[in-house]
Amino acid sequence: MDHGAPLVDFMGLTFNLSNVLMVTVASAIVFIIALISTRTLAMKPTGMQNFMEWIMDFVRNIIKSNMDWKTGGSFHILGITLLMYVAISNFLGLPFAIVYDHELWWKSPTADPVITMTLAVMVVVLTHYYGIRMKGFKEYGKDFFRPMGFLFPLKIIEEFANTLTLGLRLYGNIYAGEILLALLAGGLAATGAFGWLAAAIPTLAWLAFSVFIGGIQAFIFVMLTMVYMSHKVSHDH
Amino acid sequence: MFTLDAFILGAVADFNGGDILFQLAMFAILMFLLKKYAWGPLMGIMKQREDHIAGEIEAAEKSRAEAKQRLEEQRQLLKEARQDAQNLIESARKQGELQREEIITAARAESDRMKQSALREIETEKDQAVAALREQVASLSVLIASKVIEKELTLEEQQQLINETIAKAGDLR
Repeated sequence: MDHGAPLVDFMGLTFNLSNVLMVTVASAIVFIIALISTRTLAMKPTGMQNFMEWIMDFVRNIIKSNMDWKTGGSFHILGITLLMYVAISNFLGLPFAIVYDHELWWKSPTADPVITMTLAVMVVVLTHYYGIRMKGFKEYGKDFFRPMGFLFPLKIIEEFANTLTLGLRLYGNIYAGEILLALLAGGLAATGAFGWLAAAIPTLAWLAFSVFIGGIQAFIFVMLTMVYMSHKVSHDH
Repeated sequence: MFTLDAFILGAVADFNGGDILFQLAMFAILMFLLKKYAWGPLMGIMKQREDHIAGEIEAAEKSRAEAKQRLEEQRQLLKEARQDAQNLIESARKQGELQREEIITAARAESDRMKQSALREIETEKDQAVAALREQVASLSVLIASKVIEKELTLEEQQQLINETIAKAGDLR
């Protein structure tokens, strides 16, 4: 349970090689799934293409529920990629964890606050970027004083609060899931035959719940991304 | 015993600038690759399908309107044909009536003509018969006269006989 992280200093930056590995794996899996399911495209969709189109429509509905499609359409690809990437990342730590030489290598990349906060900050920065680009700097600045001027400090706090909650919610959910899994599978089950039997059913139940949580958290992440985006991009908010 | 505190604090304590950069770069690359190789083509085919469906619906609507128009045309034609047939029957009936009238008139005229000619013939026959009778009466009277003369009549008797005969001849007339 007490694992360190495989830290490496390179060009003045600290790399957690576990994160590097898992980010790469998650990206590769997302890319391979997407590539395989869209390799044979047809007007009459079958199998995986149906699944991908369902995901596309799902994200489109998320965006449409927050802003009109004319402005929201440009975030479609961002939304799909986020949804797939976060969901796959959440699922990666579920089947097993690999500890090598007392260092944790295989886990969910989203079980690390650095990764989730990176994603959250990226999303929030993107909202500001698109807010300035689509409405102009003046309108963007005025939005901080709406609906009332004295709310300006709250608006500033809101930006940081949004970023923190967006990243830490995802991290907390996935990390808690992995800890409980580690306690059940790596702790209780390792205490002997009786411990293994006692741990089997709770582990199964918790795995199922974690899959559910992983999907839900990916959905929430994309949903909040679009909510923040619409706050910055839409005129009537 | 599991030392959760150390675990959690250890994880939070790792603030790795390299991870942040790596994550950002990977996400950007992933999004770019997915856009180019997966979402782009998929969106293309979905748009294509949308257009296709829209086109099909439009075509179906158009052909339906056309069919409706055709039906209306056919109905109109049928109506006209029926009207024509009605007219034809009507005119035939009228013509038949006319023809009947004509035939009857012609027959009546013919019968009149025949009656007239029959009457004329009867008249002629009658005249001929009267002429023949008169001839007979003349010869008969000559015969009677010769008979009377044979009996040597007195003058008065002779006179009386001639008068009677003439009177009779007049009556015969």
